[in-house]
This record gives sequence, C-alpha cells and structure tokens, in this order.
Amino acid sequence: MKRRTLLAATALAIGFGGAAFAQDKTKVGFVFVGPIGDGGWTYEHNQGRLAVEAEFGDAVETVYQESVPEGADAERVLTQMALSGADLIFTTSFGYMDPTINVAAKFPDVKFEHATGYKRADNVSTYSARFYEGRAVQGHIAGKMTKSNIVGYIASFPIPEVIRGINSAYIHAKKVNPDVEFKIIWAYTWFDPAKEADAANALIEQGADVIMQHTDSTAPLAAAEKVEGVIGFGQASDMAEYAPSPRVTSIIDNWSPYYIARTKAVIDGTWESVDTWDGISTGMVGIGEITDAVPADVKAEALAIKDAIGAGEYHPFTGPLKKADGSDWLAEGEVADDGTLAGMNFYVEGITAEIPN
Amino acid sequence: MIRLEKRPTPSRFWMAATPLLAVALTMIAGGLLFAALGKDPFEAIRTIFWDPLFNEQFASYSRPQLLVKAGPLILIAIGLSLGFRAGIWNIGAEGQYIIGALCGAGVGLAFYPAEAWYIFPLMVIAGALGGWAWAMIPALLKTHFRTNEILVSLLLVYVAEQLLASMALGAMRNPEGGGFPGSRNLQQYPAASNPELIAGTGMHWGVVAAFIAVIFAYILLNRHMLGFQIRLTGESPRAARFAGVNPTALTLFCMGTSGALAGLAGLFEVSGPAGQISIDFNQNYGFTAIIVAFLGRLHPIGILLAGLLMALTYIGGELAQFMLGLPAAAIQAFQGMLLFFLLGVDVLTNFRIRFGRSEVA
Amino acid sequence: MDLSAINPLVLMASIMVAATPILLAAIGELVVEKAGVLNLGVEGMMITGAICGFAIAVETGSPTIGFLAAMAGGAILSLVFGFLTQVLMSNQVATGLALTLFGLGLSALMGQSYVGVKPPATDKLDLGPLADIPVLGRVLFQHDLVVYLSLALVLVVWAVLKYSRAGLILRAVGENHDAAHALGYKVIRIRLMAIAFGGACAGLGGAYLSLVRVPQWTEGMTAGAGWIALAIVVFASWKPGRALLGAYLFGGVTVLQLNLQAAGVAVPVEYLSMSPYLITILVLVIMSADRSRAALNAPASLGRIFHASN
Repeated sequence: MKRRTLLAATALAIGFGGAAFAQDKTKVGFVFVGPIGDGGWTYEHNQGRLAVEAEFGDAVETVYQESVPEGADAERVLTQMALSGADLIFTTSFGYMDPTINVAAKFPDVKFEHATGYKRADNVSTYSARFYEGRAVQGHIAGKMTKSNIVGYIASFPIPEVIRGINSAYIHAKKVNPDVEFKIIWAYTWFDPAKEADAANALIEQGADVIMQHTDSTAPLAAAEKVEGVIGFGQASDMAEYAPSPRVTSIIDNWSPYYIARTKAVIDGTWESVDTWDGISTGMVGIGEITDAVPADVKAEALAIKDAIGAGEYHPFTGPLKKADGSDWLAEGEVADDGTLAGMNFYVEGITAEIPN
Repeated sequence: MIRLEKRPTPSRFWMAATPLLAVALTMIAGGLLFAALGKDPFEAIRTIFWDPLFNEQFASYSRPQLLVKAGPLILIAIGLSLGFRAGIWNIGAEGQYIIGALCGAGVGLAFYPAEAWYIFPLMVIAGALGGWAWAMIPALLKTHFRTNEILVSLLLVYVAEQLLASMALGAMRNPEGGGFPGSRNLQQYPAASNPELIAGTGMHWGVVAAFIAVIFAYILLNRHMLGFQIRLTGESPRAARFAGVNPTALTLFCMGTSGALAGLAGLFEVSGPAGQISIDFNQNYGFTAIIVAFLGRLHPIGILLAGLLMALTYIGGELAQFMLGLPAAAIQAFQGMLLFFLLGVDVLTNFRIRFGRSEVA
Repeated sequence: MDLSAINPLVLMASIMVAATPILLAAIGELVVEKAGVLNLGVEGMMITGAICGFAIAVETGSPTIGFLAAMAGGAILSLVFGFLTQVLMSNQVATGLALTLFGLGLSALMGQSYVGVKPPATDKLDLGPLADIPVLGRVLFQHDLVVYLSLALVLVVWAVLKYSRAGLILRAVGENHDAAHALGYKVIRIRLMAIAFGGACAGLGGAYLSLVRVPQWTEGMTAGAGWIALAIVVFASWKPGRALLGAYLFGGVTVLQLNLQAAGVAVPVEYLSMSPYLITILVLVIMSADRSRAALNAPASLGRIFHASN
C-alpha cells in the first residue's frame, strides 16, 4: 500500500509540476509503432511532430519513441513518458488503445490522444482520418485509366478501415466504368516491402494495370514502374519520387494541423476530450498532386469530386447501394451513417471476392 | 605471439570479473557510438544504466518494471540452461512460449465471461502443457529418429508464429474488437488475469514462478542426482552412459521442462503485462532468453543477474530514446555490442592468455 | 475464382526472382555449416548487406559496385562472429543471435539518410534472341545478372564440395575437426574463410532485396528472410542442388498464395505459409531415421567449439 501511495504521489507531483512548468514550455510526447524511417505511416506522424516544433518553437518540447511494440512495452513507455513530465501524449496505433486508457487513468493531469481507436476518457481523445474520401478520388481515376478493366488492390488486414477503402474505391471506379473488376490480395501486414512487391507483381501478371495499396511501402510503385502502362498511387506519404508515373496521385495522411491544434489547446488550457474523424475538408486527408499522366478531363473530374467532398456537398457512400449479398443498404440519396462506416464488415454489390475471417 | 592455454579448472576470479569487464568495454564502445551520433556519451550511458535504478523521477516506477521485463526471460532461460548443460539444444523456446500463451489464453477465453476461482489455475496448467507438448515434438523426434533438435525446435517457431497469426485473426479474435486482430483483453477479465500481486512492485505470478524456478534449478543442479546426471552428460556423454544415465529419459526431461517453463512464461505474459493475444505479442523473449542463459553462464544465479541486466538495457534504452532522442536502432546496436563483449571475454574464464612462443609445439 | 488468370510461365519467372535472396543466403550458410559452424546471424548479415549495397549504389550510381559493397559488408560483419566463435570460442548459437540483433541496429543507423531514396536501376541482362524463345525465354532468359549468378553459385558450390580438394578439406573440418587438425589442416582459418563466404553471400542476397526486388531501403526490410535461409539449408540436407529446390519451394509458396488470392481463391494463408516448415521437418525426420543414409546428416561437428590442445 505504501508503494502505491508513493507512486500516486509521484504521479501527482509530476502532474502538478508539469502543469506549472507548462507556462513556459509544454512537453508533447509521441509513441510510434514503426521506425520514423518507414516512409509511410510513422513517417507522416513524425512529420506532424516536426510541424508542432516548427509552429511553437521554444514554447514546446517534443519527445518521441519509435518502434514500440503494442502491449506491455507500450504501457511502460507511456508511463515513463508521463513521469518525465509530458503534458500531452499522442499514441499513434490502434494497438495502443488499452495501454493508453490504463496509463491515462493513472495520470489524470496528462492529456492523451489515441489514433484510430474507439475508447475515450476525460483525458483521452481519439482521432482518425476519413481515408475513404481519398479512395473515392483514386477510384474515379482508376476506373477511367484502366484499359484491362482490372484493378489490383493490395490490402493489409480485413478490418473496417481497409474494407471501407476498398468499397469506396470500387463504387467510384464502377460509376465511370461498369466493366471494372477488383482483384484483392490480403498481405496480412502493414509493412513488408518484399511481400508488397510480390503482391503487386502477382496482380500485374494477372492483368491489373492499376494498383491500389493499403500498405505503407513504396514497393508496389516500384513494381508498377517496371511494367509499361501500369499506374499506382502514393499511400500515407506522397511518394513523389515515383511521379509523374506510375504514381499519378496519392493519399497523404496530414496530421500536422490536428497536432498543432491540440497542442495549442493544451497551451491555452482549453483541451477537452473529443472524438475527431476528419477528412478532406480539414486537410487531414490530403490528395497529392495529380500528374500529367492523367488526362486533363479525368484530372478535372477527380478534383471536382475532391472539392465536393471537401465542401460537404457529396458523401462517397451515397445510395442507392446494395451489399455484396444482394441485400439493400442505402436507399436513393441516403448517405451512410458514421456508426455503420466505423464497423463496416461487408463489401458493396459487385465485388465478387469474400472477406476472409 | 599470443596464444590461449586451457585452464585445468575455470577461473573463479574471471568468472566474476568478466561480466564487469564486458560492461565496461561496452560502455566505452557504446560511448563512442553515441558520440558519433552527436549525443553526450556520458549522459547516454548514465541514462541507460543508472536512471532506471536511481533517477528520482523514474526509479520508483522503472525499478519494479525490471522484474516485469526480466521475469519471462529468467523463467525461460532457467529451463533452457538445464538442457544446454546436458548438451540438449532447445532453441525453439519462442515457439513453446507462443503455444503456451495460446493454450492458456484459449482456456481462459473459453470460460468467458464466467467468474470462478479455478479458471486461472486451469490456464496455468494449460500453458505449461502447451509449451511442454510443443517441446515434446523435437524431443520425441530426437529420441526415436535421432533428428537434430536444434533444427526441429527452430523450425517449429515459424509454425507457432503462423498459428498465432491465424488465432489472432480468426478463432480468438475479440468479437467486440471492431474487427481488429487480437483477442479480448484478459486484464479486464478478473478470473483469467494475472495482475500485479502487490501494487507498485511489478510482482506478478510469472515473476514469482521465475524466482521459484531459480531456486529449484539451483537445488536440482547442486543437491540432486538428476542434476549430477545432467552435468555429467554435458561434460562426458560416454561416462554418463557408464554411470547408468538414460539418455532418452534425460532428453525428454530437459526438453519437456524447458518447454513447460517457456509455456508458463507465455501464459503469464499474455494474461498479465501483454493482456491479449495479438499477431506479434511474442517479443522474441524465447530467443533473448537463449542469450540470457549464456550470459548467466548456465548457472541459476547467473541467469537471474543476466536477466535483470538485459531488462535494464531494455528499460534504460527506452529512457535514452525519449530523453535524449537516441534512435531505437542505436539501442539495438548497443545491446548487440554488450552481448558480443560478454560472450567474447568469457574466454578468460576457461583459458589463460600466454605471450611468447609455444613451448610444447 | 479464375485460375486461368495465372500464367504458369510468368509465375515461374516470378518465383525465381522471389527466391534469389533466400537462395543466396542459404547457399552461403550451407558452406558455413558444412565447415561445422552454425551461424544463426544470417538475418543480421542480410540486412547489413542490404543497406551497404543500397548506400554505395546510390552514392556511386552503380548497382554493380553496390553489390560488391554488400558482399564486403556482409563478410566484415560475419567476421565479427568468426572472431568471437573461432578465436575467443564463444557459443555459436548465442553469438549468432547477438549478430542478428546487432546487424538490425547497425543497418538502421547506417540507413537513416537513405529512406525514401530511389536506387539506380539494375538492368536486366540482354540475352538477345534467347529471351524470345517461347516458354523457356520468359522463364529463363529475362532476368538480371544476380539471378544467374545465384544459379551459377549453386553449381560452383556443388562442384567444389563434391570434387575439389578444397571441398574435401572443408567437409573434413566440418565432420571431425580434431581429426582434420591432426592431419595438419588449419581448422580455424578454414572456418573463418567459410564464415566470410557465408557473410558475403548473405550480404549479396540482402542487396538483391534492396536494389532489385523491392527496390528501396527501409529498416527491417528483410523481414525474416534470413531465418528462412536457415530453414532451407536444413531442408536441403546440406546439398546445394536441394537448396535450390528449397529456395523455390519457400519462395514459391509466398508467390503462389498471393497469385491464388488475386485469382479470387480463398486461401488459408497461415496454413499455407507454415507448410514449407512442416515439410522441412518431415524431410529431416526421414533423413535421420534412415541409418543407411546417415552420411547425409548434419555435419558431425556442427556448432561445436574447436580448440587445438597444443
């Protein structure tokens, strides 16, 4: 019992100390699941961290830890970060959900922000991006650009976020090209360049001339580059080194505005626990430059879709839509609610594959 | 001309002095590495080795965490050391750890959401049995077909990893987990959880088991006939056979024990600190434990200390990363160096360095 | 499901490319193990080769120089292992594991400024009319130099081990180091050379990943390929020809499952992925159970420490 009070007292002291200290310098911590050199997911989160440093200069200090395994180690890293006097900590992977909640309960004065999760507390916010909005733009380009009418899709894990992306891309490809067909490979990894390259090659060999990916390395683009007439898209990062072709555009995870806003809220003392799910409208989902490899009219249409989504005039999941099993989902003009999207576990009509489980 | 001459008996002085020498050498080499990365080497070394133990800001938390991190390493390494002493090479503890965790967690999840006192003990038994059974595969293949146990036990690690992925994505996936891979969190299921026993100490059942294993291994090796047989088999298999040692029984015992302990470690980890079965919840504890076993010179007390040292570099490494901005890779390279030096200077325990020309040859 | 979408010729060619890194690493490790040394640090040497090759290729603009640098990098790292295990007589299993840990860390440090950089392209070897031969042309004659090099290496290692005096000595050292020493062979020197050769092969295999197959540099990009190479050596029962078969089997399973998925077949990915390991265990059991073929077994001195008593 004595030790517990000691720990609590320490936590309390640090918490108060941190708050007092915050008047001159706010400490912001980041916990990353991969190395900051992964060129994708973690790289972009680290860009957000750097943006916070650039924005506030000497008013903030940022610390980070990379390649933190999900589970026991994450909980320790978070606790040590909180003990070191962090005022705000971003945990940037789904697997950090329970550790974040556990540690947050021990440090009521430290603010936590957990990416892509669904558990919140008074001092834990969640945030995520509507990547499927970007998929709609890509789907349109894919449907227009494919000559073989086969689009290859390298998926990571069969989770709602990835399934949403496939559906959104398919709906918009199908809209402009009724003959389009999606071939989907589940790589069961977020990041394994060799496997992603193999997957891209398998798709290309089976006739796909547009490769979409929901994995984080540039390997699929490198594979596409080797074959004449195959295009692909940047994922998470802009991957501009493969422009103008095969990379014709990209979905960029731009966390900077959110990280800056949340850090400012802590500095101003206005931070509250919120659930943020932003997309193109706030810039959290960025669309990389559409290159000249895309015909001007297609480019204009794609940008129009982007602008309509950004302005809130158009929702990528607008009825009439049916599920793959033939049952009705959305009636004419009806838009999907966030609850259904958050737990999406079905394909829309037209995708012939099955979701593995 | 420098040459090595075998000592008649291992030097007791060097047995104690080599680990200190190795740590000192690592500090020098590591300091150079950190300096090359533009960090203050003294501060980095202090953060890794001193702060987790004595820094007032962290120590009250990170000191108990040493036990959490070292517990599974010690538990597995103790089991492995028995076989290693007898020349039986189980290097697949990683697989046995995974299977133990899967079996134990499987039992716990099967009872969900029932609350009963017997659930956790059943899980412990299932975990030990799972690890034991997985180790029995290479053991039986060795005793019946003379198949090399190093290779079979290593190959079974990959099979276990694939099973783990299959379970995390399929059979054991949390139905309320939003479709993400990973099981229910056992920490939130009291009947199946392995909590901290005394708050703030880091002690959970796995750490308790590790300490018990150290004591038992010590008694076994020093006071028991079986321990004598293990040591004799390692030193001279032929003499052991004349002395009436049954090699088949010994192989089954050593492999089985190491498998069961690795399985237990997996079960305690998954129901405690890790909390859930996820695709990569195994963090190479099984492989790291092999290194720990050798760093501890295959001696129970040595393994205890080696496990704690290893844990210290992990936790100190984490502190150095976010306090000083050292990249994770630098810590990894630093740990590799520490191991190289520890393994390398061990030569002084068993050999004398002689300068000058060899007189015998 | 549309299996007709899979072109077996194209598939075979893909498997050859996918198998090249693990084949190179496996053939190197095979020689090391034939000399009686078990180096579990293949993964560490591969990843070090991957970054050495990548960095030098980017700096010089020449993939060929990159490949040479990768071999040098892998060999130098392997000699750390060689020094510890041969001269200081440390345990090979533990030292090999430490080598992997160190190699992963070191490579990540070296590669910090090479993330997101595009390497110079490695050209396919122009074999002129050969490439246009139907069927065979697509499978065999449209690859880059390293693919052919890996095949040639299999042949050379096979011939040297089987027919040359050097191969005989190497095997003698691996089977019984005390007897080889009594015959006057320099056991430690021979083993160090074998270890360096293994390191160079692993490094080349790593560079093939970072320069050709992926091609880019990212931390941890070998993703377990080194461990697969170790399994292949066992599968091959220490025979170079079977290592080729093993590499194509292990590489093939990955490529095949991806192709089946793309064709719309619901494959149990995990069970397919574990099958080569189970087959390897089976091969191992059959091999060791048959007493008449005991000669095919693991080198007798594998993993044992050698110290000349005088």
